Amino acid sequence: MTAAEIVFVLLGVVALAAAVLVVTTRQLVRAALYLVLSFGAIAACFLVLTAELVAWVQVLIYVGAVVVLLLFGIMLTRAPIGPTSDLDSRNRPAAIVVAVATAGVLVTVLVRGFGDAYVDLGEPSTGSASGIGANIFRYWVLPFEILSVLLLAALVGAIVLSRTDIGPPKDGDG
Amino acid sequence: MTLLEIAARLALVVAAFLLLPLLVGQLEHKAMAHMQARLGPMYAGGFHGWAQLIADGVKFAQKEHVVPAEADRKVFSLAPAVALLPYLVVLVVVPVGPGLVAVDLDIGLFFVLAVMSVSVLGSVMAGWSSGNKYALLGGLRSAAQLMAYELPLVLAASSVAMAAGTLSLSGIVETWSPWWLVWQAPAAVIFFVAGLAELHRPPFDMPVADSEIVLGPYTEYTGLRFALFLLAEYAGIVVLCALTTVLFLGGWRGPFADEELGPVWFLIKLFVLAFVVIWLRVSNPRLRADQLQKLAWQVLVPLSLAQLALTGVVKVVMM
Repeated sequence: MTAAEIVFVLLGVVALAAAVLVVTTRQLVRAALYLVLSFGAIAACFLVLTAELVAWVQVLIYVGAVVVLLLFGIMLTRAPIGPTSDLDSRNRPAAIVVAVATAGVLVTVLVRGFGDAYVDLGEPSTGSASGIGANIFRYWVLPFEILSVLLLAALVGAIVLSRTDIGPPKDGDG
Repeated sequence: MTLLEIAARLALVVAAFLLLPLLVGQLEHKAMAHMQARLGPMYAGGFHGWAQLIADGVKFAQKEHVVPAEADRKVFSLAPAVALLPYLVVLVVVPVGPGLVAVDLDIGLFFVLAVMSVSVLGSVMAGWSSGNKYALLGGLRSAAQLMAYELPLVLAASSVAMAAGTLSLSGIVETWSPWWLVWQAPAAVIFFVAGLAELHRPPFDMPVADSEIVLGPYTEYTGLRFALFLLAEYAGIVVLCALTTVLFLGGWRGPFADEELGPVWFLIKLFVLAFVVIWLRVSNPRLRADQLQKLAWQVLVPLSLAQLALTGVVKVVMM
């Protein structure tokens, strides 16, 4: 194993352990903080693979925005310090089955599809900002545009849901 | 670059990280005092109270660490480090002169924005783990504020990246030309204002509002940990002013002798901006929560989108 491979495996272990802690800890806010650790380790994995742009986007969007949003939501509703007793529901076995099945499908697809694909770490252009930009806007324009339309639809939907003055006509409105 | 050279550069960054915030803090003591027609610190160290912050540091180090009984101990003691360290990491990629940068990253701009956004987690963690309702309110307010101001900050920065055609901070300074002062002026103002809001500096100090929620997330902190939060605030001012200088004011470029006097020009611009930060604190009342959100979503975001469009049009026409 090369040094890069060893670091990569160690980071993967950290990410996985933090992810397990997210779902097993009984302290709600700590779960979100473990999620930060997991995202950070995944970003570091991207760095080892020389995908710098993806790594820093991961930190900017997930650690900087998504987790802050999560924490905001948890703290706004209830943020007890110490363990919460009613975190587990009776759906636990079903959730474990679904999680294992999803993980199985994803791992199989990845290994079957990309099992013999290797990233040449000596050639830094693929993961750099210009490399990714060229790839997205040359070969992947259509998915990119579809994603932007999807996000726009979600945005409009959120506005419609949150505005009370443009909902369906209430009883008695005529 | 040899290992020794890298070590020397990193040591310089740490020295700047420890020294510049103190200078800004002292500037704030004195400038604010004179704006309010008083003298400020005059005794510590003899000459115009120059050693006041050193004395403060000694005082903080002597104080007892108090952890509230209701607090989440681990998160409570980790929070100051989470708030402070990102600013140290950011300074590593800020170029102060031609070739004078500790690590020249290809996508320095992205790195800086990503790492800076981690820092707010510190005050959210502090706010929650203190087990105090004022602290919790402060933490909530700082999370809401970050989410509102992160977007205009990133949009304003990406306008510069588009104008320069590069994400490297040194590259942006090299392609900078004086007419950007007009072309990118809205982006510069948006970046600076949004940055102030992320640092919780007055008039955006709703999360720490000392007269209503007694310093918000930092209410329960004492001694060195409180000092770390204060240091994070001043280090944040240094980082914000340094970034505004690099992105919008041409970094080390000056009227003459860029090559030789680069760091001098850089520091002059940095301290002028730091003075503006202090000036804004003294001269403006605190914004209310709804005014904060309104300013971000109804003024800064549309303005930054317009700036982005303008940058794109000018760039295409000029090519």
